[in-house]
Amino acid sequence: MKILVCVSKTPETTAKIAFSADGKSFSSAGVNFIMNPYDEWYALVRALEVKEQVGGEVIIISVGGTDYDTILRKGLAIGADKAVRVDAEPVSSGMVSAQIADYAKDQGFDMVLLGKETIDYNGSEVGSMLGELLSMPFVSYASKMDLQGNTATIYRDIEGGEEILEVDTPFVLSAAKGLAEQRIPNMRGIMMAKSKPLEVRPALNYEPKVEVVAFSLPPAKSGVHLVDPDDMDELVRLLHEESKVI
Amino acid sequence: MNVLVLAEHQHGTFKKSAFECITYGRRVATTTGGNATVLVLGPVADLSPLAAYGIASVIHLKDDALATLDSQLYTDAIVSVMHRTESGLLILANSSTGKQLAGGLAVRLQAGLVSGVNALPETGDGFSVSKTVFSGKADVRLTINSPVKIITLMSNSVPLSTEPVTLQIEAESLGVNPGRVRVKQVERVEGTVPLPEAERVVSAGRGMKGPENWGIIEDLATALQATTACSRPVADSGWRPHHEHVGQTGLAIRPNLYVAVGISGAIQHLAGVNNSKTIVVINKDPEAPFFKAADYGVVGDLFEVVPKLTEAVKKFKAGH
Repeated sequence: MKILVCVSKTPETTAKIAFSADGKSFSSAGVNFIMNPYDEWYALVRALEVKEQVGGEVIIISVGGTDYDTILRKGLAIGADKAVRVDAEPVSSGMVSAQIADYAKDQGFDMVLLGKETIDYNGSEVGSMLGELLSMPFVSYASKMDLQGNTATIYRDIEGGEEILEVDTPFVLSAAKGLAEQRIPNMRGIMMAKSKPLEVRPALNYEPKVEVVAFSLPPAKSGVHLVDPDDMDELVRLLHEESKVI
Repeated sequence: MNVLVLAEHQHGTFKKSAFECITYGRRVATTTGGNATVLVLGPVADLSPLAAYGIASVIHLKDDALATLDSQLYTDAIVSVMHRTESGLLILANSSTGKQLAGGLAVRLQAGLVSGVNALPETGDGFSVSKTVFSGKADVRLTINSPVKIITLMSNSVPLSTEPVTLQIEAESLGVNPGRVRVKQVERVEGTVPLPEAERVVSAGRGMKGPENWGIIEDLATALQATTACSRPVADSGWRPHHEHVGQTGLAIRPNLYVAVGISGAIQHLAGVNNSKTIVVINKDPEAPFFKAADYGVVGDLFEVVPKLTEAVKKFKAGH
């Protein structure tokens, strides 16, 4: 199996979120960036498990500047065979998927895996776009995938339950919690990663269709109103009269 | 601007998100002076529930092959109807179905896409919408510049408003063959509102000490007509099913009322729930970080507080 895993860079979960003075961009000063957890813990690790089971090759790809190389080296340390970086600022899901599809279209990938969303923009858009661009079926929110020959049985998270489906390779799959278990790179992996290939490709031109007007922070909560644990009638009254939720 | 709305259903029963999307589509069409059409894919016996929300025109593609989600078949069908209705805006739910389809449709229709929209658009100068980003920690307003636009609508973002109409239904079959995705089985909890659509949620964490104690949570949820949820450690320990897990790696929800019982409020948990309109936290530890994100807090032993709250809710409901 030849597998492509799309990996992205996001601020870590606990990062303080702030924006530039004009509100148009994220302020990265002092922010620690990580590989998007859904890409790393679930999509990449499941791809490596498939390779260990049936043989093949796992290639990781990112769209970004040189600051992405740390993320890609980590992916190589976890076990990917090769990394590709499309050298451009990732401005939108449309732009990113166009770059990845341009690389992937004539490479004969059997699977394209990626996280169900990035934890910064939470869009869930790239996988669906890749399916269309590569003319492959796209299956989202996979929490389990078993492979028999070229047929995958996929458990897909849906509202209030799960859907079990089959699809033949090639396909695009987005990974949810449960698809695999996080792997921590060991020293041997980290050493080997240094000599694995990291290809840098120029980007295609892309005309953005969506533009940021401004980011904003939600208004701060005014502070918790503590209610006496022996007076739940008072809590019910507040929920009814003040919040109007019951 | 003409508007097309995909009305999602489950085995022929329309989801609440379908009615929210129709309400939203009707309001955009009215504001911008266009026609609105509702699209229904797959077999549905009774379309009449759609009549309550103000869009009369319905296109129903009845093919059995569209009974389950196949991204390629659905994309083809939706694209053909977008062209036929000359629609400039497609509205999908921000659901497992809507999000699976939205990106591919954006590629095919050369459309700008914003997923997870949480309010009506501003259409005075261009077309802009808002959404939540950074797992609930910020909002962003975006303009869509392309002639065709796609949004996915976050649930509980637009209050449902009824406006009964007489449906004008065009029903037909495309004659498509089954797609490449073969759905074998759908397992879904029956009889409860799915978490992403729930208006009220009662959620519990490790403070419950064990799965055998969940009766008091279910009683409170029943009294409030709420759906139950849980924190990650609870789902990971198998105390509660995986699909109840809310938080960073589980579901992100925005109910009107979120009651958190015995959950400390780690940032990963807050990422999934901090857009809830009203948050109530019940915890014996006054230092629990969740109190900082709460509207109302009760510091006390949950095994005493929760049954008292359930009784108070029942008493209130009986009097109203």
